[in-house]
Amino acid sequence: MESRITKKFKELRLKDKKALITYITCGDPDLKTTIDLVLSMERAGAHIIELGIPYSDPLADGPVIQKASLRALRAGTNIDTFLEMIPQLRKETDIPIALLLYYNSIFRYGIKDFLDRCKGLIDGLIIPDLPLEESQGLKKLMEDYPMDLIPLVAPTSQSRIKEIVKDSHGFVYCISSFGVTGKRRDFNLDLADLIKDVRKYTDTPTAIGFGISNSNAIENLKDFADGLIVGSAIIEKIEESIGCEDTVKNVEGFVRQLKSAML
Amino acid sequence: MKVIELSKKFGRFGGQFVPETLMNALIELENEYLKAKEDEDFISAYRYYVKEYSGRPTPLYFAENLTKKLGGGKIYLKREDLNHTGAHKINNVIGQVLLAKRMNKKRVIAETGAGQHGVATATVCAMFDIDCEIFMGKEDTERQSLNVYKMKMLGAKINPVTSGTATLKDATNEAIRNWVANVEDTFYVIGSVVGPHPYPTMVRDFQRIIGDEVKEQIIEKENRLPDYLIACVGGGSNAMGLFYPFCNEENIDIYGVEAGGLGVDTDKHAATITKGSIGVIHGMMTYLLQDKYGQIQPVHSISAGLDYPGVGPEHAFFHSTGRAKYVSITDEEAVNAFKTLTQIEGIIPALESSHAIAYLLKLGPKTKKDDIIVVNLSGRGDKDIHTISKYGGVL
Repeated sequence: MESRITKKFKELRLKDKKALITYITCGDPDLKTTIDLVLSMERAGAHIIELGIPYSDPLADGPVIQKASLRALRAGTNIDTFLEMIPQLRKETDIPIALLLYYNSIFRYGIKDFLDRCKGLIDGLIIPDLPLEESQGLKKLMEDYPMDLIPLVAPTSQSRIKEIVKDSHGFVYCISSFGVTGKRRDFNLDLADLIKDVRKYTDTPTAIGFGISNSNAIENLKDFADGLIVGSAIIEKIEESIGCEDTVKNVEGFVRQLKSAML
Repeated sequence: MKVIELSKKFGRFGGQFVPETLMNALIELENEYLKAKEDEDFISAYRYYVKEYSGRPTPLYFAENLTKKLGGGKIYLKREDLNHTGAHKINNVIGQVLLAKRMNKKRVIAETGAGQHGVATATVCAMFDIDCEIFMGKEDTERQSLNVYKMKMLGAKINPVTSGTATLKDATNEAIRNWVANVEDTFYVIGSVVGPHPYPTMVRDFQRIIGDEVKEQIIEKENRLPDYLIACVGGGSNAMGLFYPFCNEENIDIYGVEAGGLGVDTDKHAATITKGSIGVIHGMMTYLLQDKYGQIQPVHSISAGLDYPGVGPEHAFFHSTGRAKYVSITDEEAVNAFKTLTQIEGIIPALESSHAIAYLLKLGPKTKKDDIIVVNLSGRGDKDIHTISKYGGVL
């Protein structure tokens, strides 16, 4: 079964366009705002939404997303409240949604139960602490769902790339450089080589993430891959507007800027 | 050449639940470790430094007074507190830093809770002239300010960690994040039998010298193996070091003692196996203290070294097979044991090790006179005097 993510990339490919993928943490500052933020990012031109499930120990994340996780957890967000929110969001939009979650969240919930609850609502899973070696069981299980397990490749992956991307679906998440999520000035100079390596072994679309924070970075990177992922920089807009009512407007404006840099 | 492979898991426990960025570093580490393990030069360097620099073998001391007091089996204390830097931690650090040198890594990072592993790492790095950065929870830097001062004197850079609960768990997260960012030139010296494969196996191998020595020493003294082994378990490296060489001796009862804090029925303890459930933390599948959503819970112990919500995967495995029993001791029982050992034997134990002593005080009287009990005295208590006095425990 083709996921919404796969369909979206096909559609964009036909038009020779690149995907803008935007990330927010669910429940930051609260779940109602999460719905409004997703809709506003869609209005501003995002093609795919990445939603983070807040976690107490987000190993792969830098301080900005760590703080967002903490705010969301303090606001009472958990998998149950998230699963109640998602059908409401789906009434409003058909935009492809990938979840970013840590393995323990889904393991503890019960993997099959979680997939059943997400069926038809969620289109992909990105699990930053589940490398190839640990993901085989989940990957097999997900074959029965219209949901992609998005593989990650890093600048250090080298000879592992072939195995990681073979039989991949949705897109291949290409980590821009060393380190955790968050803004950065310099990108791995070998990024073009990394994408080339990925493309050698798969036709699955590629998207670059980690550290893309503004229009400038987008202009520099957009020709490398099929999509770009922006996370921490959007979270900062949310963080800046805590306590005032402009959160949704600010994020929408920012995503519009990013979108125009994609063109 | 024979291809040797290390198993990545202990039953269902262990594994490598880490970001992809680290995977090649873990594979490289495993390969280099496998080579080093078979390399006579590496092994003799390890043996040289644990002997000449750290003072091994540590004595297996017959605690005659305590034996009389408890009225049960003969009690032997494995004096890991007499190691250089005051705990068993240095056994592992010497092994890993030698490996870092072998791999030409320019920089070493480590996490620390009580500061014992941090001090051991800073010490060995000072000796080998390697850059050293220590990640330590802000709360722990305050509880263990003496060790912070020592590490600074030794030339290490201290990074106080304020994220999460600002204790050992968060220091470990931060060390892993730092490793992800600097993986090409940095060696991460993990301080316990935790983390992604190959660390739990490798740290166990560097700590098993404890149990190997005990085996030799007890045979020399008693001409037979012990009946009971007792050690405290936070991550569990001193315990695994003692237990592992005996794990196939089925007649030996093995006890791992967890931190019961204010009591295992309160929410202030760190009794991971006793009260926890299976999940993933710091790259391994193991028992951990978590809520129904898999969020890792804050833990408590009077001893910073046991204040950890996870446990080494091989301990989880020993628990699941019944090879070892895991029990818990409260803060108060540990403090009382601290006083008892100090007064009766003139040995001031670390608060971590006091948990093992406290369980001995319970178990000892129930054993037979001709039984032999070995307790791992994993560290000395100088660092804890302040905590004890604050607890109202002036002797």
